Amino acid sequence: MKILVCISHVPDTTSKIVFKNDLTEFDASGVTFVMNPYDEFGLTKAMHIKESLGGTITVANVGLAVTESTLRKALAIGADDAVRINAEPTDASYVAGLLAEYAGTQNFDLIITGRESIDYNGGAVPGMIAAHLNIPFVNACIGFDLNAEQATMIREIDGGKETLQGKLPLLIAGQKGLVEEKDLRIPAMRGIMMARKKPLTVLEASDREKHTNVLDYQLPEEKGACTLIDADDVEQLVQLLHSEAKVI
Amino acid sequence: MTILVYAESWDGKFKKSSFEAVDYAAKLAKQMGAETTALTISAKEDVSQLGKYGAQSVRTINNQALETFNNQSYADAIIAVANKINADTVIISNTSNGKAIAPLIAAKRKAALITNVIELPESVSPFTIVRKTFSSKAIARYQTLSDKKVISITANSFEYNEREQLATSEAFDYVPEDAVQKLTSISINKATGKIGLTEADLVVSAGRGLKGPENWTMVEELAEVLGAATACSKPVSDIGWRPHSEHVGQTGIAINPQLYIAIGISGAIQHLAGVNASKNIVVINTDPDAPFFKAADYGIVGDAFEVLPKLISAIKSYKAVI
Ligand SMILES: Cc1cc2nc3c(=O)[nH]c(=O)nc-3n(C[C@H](O)[C@H](O)[C@H](O)COP(=O)(O)OP(=O)(O)OC[C@H]3O[C@@H](n4cnc5c(N)ncnc54)[C@H](O)[C@@H]3O)c2cc1C
Ligand SMILES: Nc1ncnc2c1ncn2[C@@H]1O[C@H](COP(=O)(O)O)[C@@H](O)[C@H]1O
Repeated sequence: MKILVCISHVPDTTSKIVFKNDLTEFDASGVTFVMNPYDEFGLTKAMHIKESLGGTITVANVGLAVTESTLRKALAIGADDAVRINAEPTDASYVAGLLAEYAGTQNFDLIITGRESIDYNGGAVPGMIAAHLNIPFVNACIGFDLNAEQATMIREIDGGKETLQGKLPLLIAGQKGLVEEKDLRIPAMRGIMMARKKPLTVLEASDREKHTNVLDYQLPEEKGACTLIDADDVEQLVQLLHSEAKVI
Repeated sequence: MTILVYAESWDGKFKKSSFEAVDYAAKLAKQMGAETTALTISAKEDVSQLGKYGAQSVRTINNQALETFNNQSYADAIIAVANKINADTVIISNTSNGKAIAPLIAAKRKAALITNVIELPESVSPFTIVRKTFSSKAIARYQTLSDKKVISITANSFEYNEREQLATSEAFDYVPEDAVQKLTSISINKATGKIGLTEADLVVSAGRGLKGPENWTMVEELAEVLGAATACSKPVSDIGWRPHSEHVGQTGIAINPQLYIAIGISGAIQHLAGVNASKNIVVINTDPDAPFFKAADYGIVGDAFEVLPKLISAIKSYKAVI
């Protein structure tokens, strides 16, 4: 089994979102960056598969040198090697194109990504990689089982679940459920030591088209003050929901 | 010029989000001086009704091989129609199925993909549009760099209008290719009779303050009298009090209903990230310092076990009057 896990490097969930340079750029000062939470589920799933079937796990990221801390963490958790494609990940089709170009040279049996990056929330890169490689794509994947070459997957659908079957190679975009949160792997001391000796290859990005450009950001309008209602007067709430909020 | 909008159906029936998408497409078409064509795949309802939401014409695909949803063949079908009618712009709603096809269409057509769209474009030339980002903690203004684009619309962000108009319809002969290896759908498990969370206008949600799963009877009753969907905070689904599919927040489902009622939820930043786009937020919490009150429109400082029964009966009597 040759597994690729695509990993994005994102601001921690508690980060304060601030922009600089006339609101054209995310202000990363003072922000802690972490492995995208959805990708953590994917990486742990890859470890489970490797432990039961053997194989290798490569982790890949499109990013500048700052993302290497996240790749090192993935190596410490148990990935065998890491690849950083050296480019600023400004556009989903650009990032997906680079990852697909790399994956296309490696014959991976399985590609695992997260459902979306928690910073830009594009939900775009996984499907695009699958389309470039012409392999099946399962979004919001919450279950994956392999029996010989036959994969059985569960995906989350609006208000339910769907079970699917297919043959490798394929790409799954995962989230909680792929593995349980209590099973998420964290780096152990031994892993951290071993990670230092594992290969982290830097590839130069090829020239590819971009399809979007971010002009600037705005912060949502601040909420006005909260109207407090006495716990003994819930009728007032019902009244306000009807006449002021107009929702009932 | 034509805009193609995919009007998704579930078990043959259109979803509310499909009407929103068609209406969005029609309004965008007006801005661009274009026509609106809707596409339906395996829809069993009268498709001319899509005219009410602004489609001039509808292309229908009915093929045994497309009876069940498959993201690869559905994306290919949409691309075939878009190519046939020369549509540069494809509109999709970001339902679970929409999310599984939009990036495929974008990559195969070399189109710009803009997801989480909440408004009509600011300008159509150059094409400039805003989308939600950073878990709704920011809004980003994007420009597309290619003429072809796929726009994926957040459910519940548009109010659609109904027009006195019916659409013409025409069958589109499409036979899915067998060449690529595809997935087979084995089974679908859908909670029936319940209101879908992402599309719901009203959502009642509860957190660890409810103490135990047995206390959800009153949460469900409140949801029922309101006609609302139910949701929960992450720890509640982690402990298994509620199914994971109800977990909202940064690492769960992001929603933007008209009304979100949060009961016994503290309002942690990761929870707010998934619900702060709700138009109206009501918070019921015993702790006056709970951070959720800062994000709320209406608040009751009180014990859920006392407030909920009163609220349920107050809504019942309100509903009885109207
Ligand atoms: C990486 C990461 C991702 C996360 N993603 C999510 C996410 O997507 N969604 C999410 O929800 N959380 C998420 N969390 C967890 C989040 O940080 C909070 O821990 C969680 O939201 C708290 O849930 P809660 O409000 O139900 O519980 P608590 O924080 O325990 O709050 C319970 C609240 O109930 C109130 N209460 C107690 N008794 C009563 C009563 N009788 N009546 C009324 N009120 C009462 C209390 O005052 C308190 O405010 C994430 C955390 C991390 C680190
Ligand atoms: N710059 C990147 N490098 C590697 N993988 C990425 C990158 N951006 C996105 N991905 C992968 O694609 C998933 C979805 O990201 P997105 O489409 O940006 O929401 C992430 O969870 C990652 O697995």
